[in-house]
Amino acid sequence: MMGTHGFWRRLISLTRKEFRQLLRDRSNLMIGIGLPIVLILIFGFGLSLDVKQASIAVTMQDRSPQAREVVNAISQSTYMTVVPAESLAEATLKLDRHEVDALLLVQNDFSRNLSAGHAQVQLITQGGDPSRALVIQGYIEGAIGTWSQKAADRAGNVRVRGTSTGVMVTERMWFNAANDSTWYLVPGLIVLIMTLVGTFLTALVMAREWERGTLEALFVTPVRPVEILVAKIIPYFCVGMLGLFLCLVAARLLFNVPLHGSLLVLIVASMIYMFVSLGIGLLISAGTKSQFLASQLAILASFLPAMMLSGFVFDLRNVPTAVQIVGQMLPATYFMQLAKSLFLAGNQWPLIVKNCTILLAYAIVVLGAARIVTRKKLD
Amino acid sequence: MRDLFAFLRHLGNLCHKEFLAVIKDPATRVVLIVPPILQALLFGYGATYDLTNVPYAVLDQSRSGYSTQLLARLDGTGVFHRVATLDSPRDIAPAVDSGSALLVIHIASDFERTLQGGLPTEVQVILDGRNSTTASSAAGQIRTVVAAFNASIGQAAPLPVSVVTRAWYNPNLETRWNILPGLIASLSMMQTMMLAALAVAREREQGTFDQLLVTPYTPLMIMIGKALPAIAIGLIQSGMILLVALFWFAVPMAGSVFLLFAGLTLFTIAIVGMGLSVSAVSANMQQAMLYTFVLLMPLVLLSGLATPVQNMPEGFQIATFLNPLRFAIDLVRRVYLEGAGLALVWKDFIPFICIAAVSLPLAAWLFRNRLA
Repeated sequence: MMGTHGFWRRLISLTRKEFRQLLRDRSNLMIGIGLPIVLILIFGFGLSLDVKQASIAVTMQDRSPQAREVVNAISQSTYMTVVPAESLAEATLKLDRHEVDALLLVQNDFSRNLSAGHAQVQLITQGGDPSRALVIQGYIEGAIGTWSQKAADRAGNVRVRGTSTGVMVTERMWFNAANDSTWYLVPGLIVLIMTLVGTFLTALVMAREWERGTLEALFVTPVRPVEILVAKIIPYFCVGMLGLFLCLVAARLLFNVPLHGSLLVLIVASMIYMFVSLGIGLLISAGTKSQFLASQLAILASFLPAMMLSGFVFDLRNVPTAVQIVGQMLPATYFMQLAKSLFLAGNQWPLIVKNCTILLAYAIVVLGAARIVTRKKLD
Repeated sequence: MRDLFAFLRHLGNLCHKEFLAVIKDPATRVVLIVPPILQALLFGYGATYDLTNVPYAVLDQSRSGYSTQLLARLDGTGVFHRVATLDSPRDIAPAVDSGSALLVIHIASDFERTLQGGLPTEVQVILDGRNSTTASSAAGQIRTVVAAFNASIGQAAPLPVSVVTRAWYNPNLETRWNILPGLIASLSMMQTMMLAALAVAREREQGTFDQLLVTPYTPLMIMIGKALPAIAIGLIQSGMILLVALFWFAVPMAGSVFLLFAGLTLFTIAIVGMGLSVSAVSANMQQAMLYTFVLLMPLVLLSGLATPVQNMPEGFQIATFLNPLRFAIDLVRRVYLEGAGLALVWKDFIPFICIAAVSLPLAAWLFRNRLA
C-alpha cells in the first residue's frame, strides 16, 4: 500500500516537473504547436498535385480557320492559357526559359492533312516535371479530342447518327469524388505530426538529458526508471494529442475533409501510434546519448520515411519490392493506411483490427525495449 | 601583406579546429556520410508517381469474346494485374474497401450485344480515391487501352486530329529523373543547416564560447571559421548524391558540373548563413535544432521537390521567393537534365546572393550583440 502511494506521489511530482520543463522553453512549443499549424496550412492550401494553371506556347504555321478552331478549343479550357509564339524558335526559347509549360506546334500542312483525315499537332512537354507533363498532355488530348469529335459530327461523314463510338469508359472515384489531393494529404498529416512530436522532439529532449548528465542525477533519487519514463512520456503524449486535435479541427472546419469512420477509433489508433512514436524516440535518445546524433537519427529513421515511404504522397504499390519491404516495416505505414481509410472510406473493421494489432505490437516492443535500455544504464 | 598572411593563418587554424570538432566523433562521421547516400537510394526508388503496378478486380457479366479481348489488352500492358474475379456487384465494395484492388472494372451483361448493335456501350470503372493521384493516372491508362480496343474492333473511326507528344529532357517521363536532381540540393541542405546552427550553440552550451572570445580572433573570423567547414561538408554531400544519381540510377547529366557546383556553392553559403543566424539566437543546442527544424520543414515542402511550385496557390508561390531551396532545385534540375547554361539560370543565383548577403552579416551582428 505504501509502495503504490509512493509510486503515484513520485510520478505526479515528476510529471509536473517534466511539464514545467517542456513549457519553459519556447522552442518546444514551437515544434509542438507552431509547426503543426504551419504544416496544416502548407498541406491544406500549399501543396497540390492538381494542375490548375498551365500555359502553352502555340506556334501556328498554318493559320487556316480549322487550325484556329483547334487552338481555340485549347484556350477555352479553364486550366490552360495559350501564349502565342510567332515562330518555333520563339516558342522553344519560352519553353527553355520555363515561361511556358508546354509547346504546341500546328504545322503548315495541318489543314491539307485534315481534309485527308489524318492531321497531327505536335506537343512538347517539360519532362523535368513528369507528373505535370502527363497531366498537361491529358488536358491537350482531351481538348483536341473533344474538338475533333465535334468536327466529325458536324461533317457527318464519319459516323451515321445512332451508331456508337465504341466502348465508353465511365469512371467513378470512390471516397474522393472531387479528386482532390487535399483529401488524402490532410489525414496523412496526422501521422506526420505525431511522428514529429513523438520521435523527433522526445529523442532530442531525452538525448539532451543524457548528454548533460541530468538523467543520471535523477537516477540517484528514489525514483524508479519506469517512473522516469512514464513521467517523460505523459507531457509529450499530451502535445501529440494536441497536434491530433488541431488536425481534426482543421480537417473539419478548414478543408471540409469528411470523416466517414468513427472518431473514437481514430483517436484510439492515434494514441497507440503515439506510444510507438514515443518509444522510438526514447530508444534513439538512449542509444545515441548525443543531441546531434539523436536529431539526425530521428529525422532519418522516422520522420523522412514517414513522409516519403509510408504511402503519404507516393503510392507504395508503385515502388520496387525492396523499398516496399522497408515501407512495410514502418509503423507509420500502418497508421497512414488506417488514417486515410477512416477519413475517406469509413470503418473497415478488418483493416482497423489488423493495423491496430500491428501498431499495438510495435508499441509493446519499442516501449519494452526503451524500458530495458534505460534500466541497464542504471547498473 | 603581413596582416593578410596572419589573417589567413589564423583562419586556417580556426577552420582546422572547427573541422576537428565536427568530424572527431566517429558516429558523427557516419551520420554525415551514410544517411545522404542511403536516402538518395531509398527516395530514388521510393519517390515515384509512375504507375507500375495496378491491382484490379473484374466483374465481367458479359463473358463474351469482346470483353475477354478488352481485358486481355489490359493485362497486356504489364501494369494492370488482375487480383480477383468477382461474381456479383455485391463483391465490388469489399474488393475496393479492403484495398486489395485499386479499381474494379464492371462489364455489364449486354456489353457485346450493344456493341455489335452499335448502341452506346459502357464499361464502368470504380476507383479507390484514397490516393486520388494514383487512381486518376490509372483511369487515364484505361481510357488509352479502351481507345485502342475501339480502334481495333473498327467501331470508332480514328479521330481526324491526333496529338503527337514528346517530352523533352525525360522522354519516358520517369519521376526518378525529377526527384534525384532535387535531392542533390535538398538532402545536403538539411544537415548543412543543422551543422551551422549547432556550431555556436554547442560552444555556448559547453561554455567554450567564452574561451574563444579571449583569443585574438574577431567575431567575423570566428564566424568564417564556423561557416567554411559546414559549406565544405554540404558540397561534399551534394557531390556524393550527384554520383549516386549519375552512376547508380544512370540519370544522364546534360549540363556542366562546374556551373552546377558554382550554383550549389552559393546556395550552401546562403544556407549556412541562415543556420548561423539561427545559432546566434539560440541559447542552447536543443533550441538551435528545434528552430532549424521548424525552418527546414516549410523550406523543403514549399521547394517543388515533391509537388510542383506551379501547382501552388499564388500566395504560396510568392512566399517561395524567400526559399533558397526552391531556386536551388530549379537550378540543379535545369542544369542537370536540360543542360541549361548560365544565360538561362542566372536568375536562380540572385536569391542565393541576397540571402547570403543578409544572413551572414546578420549572424555576425547577432554574435556581437549577444557578446556585449
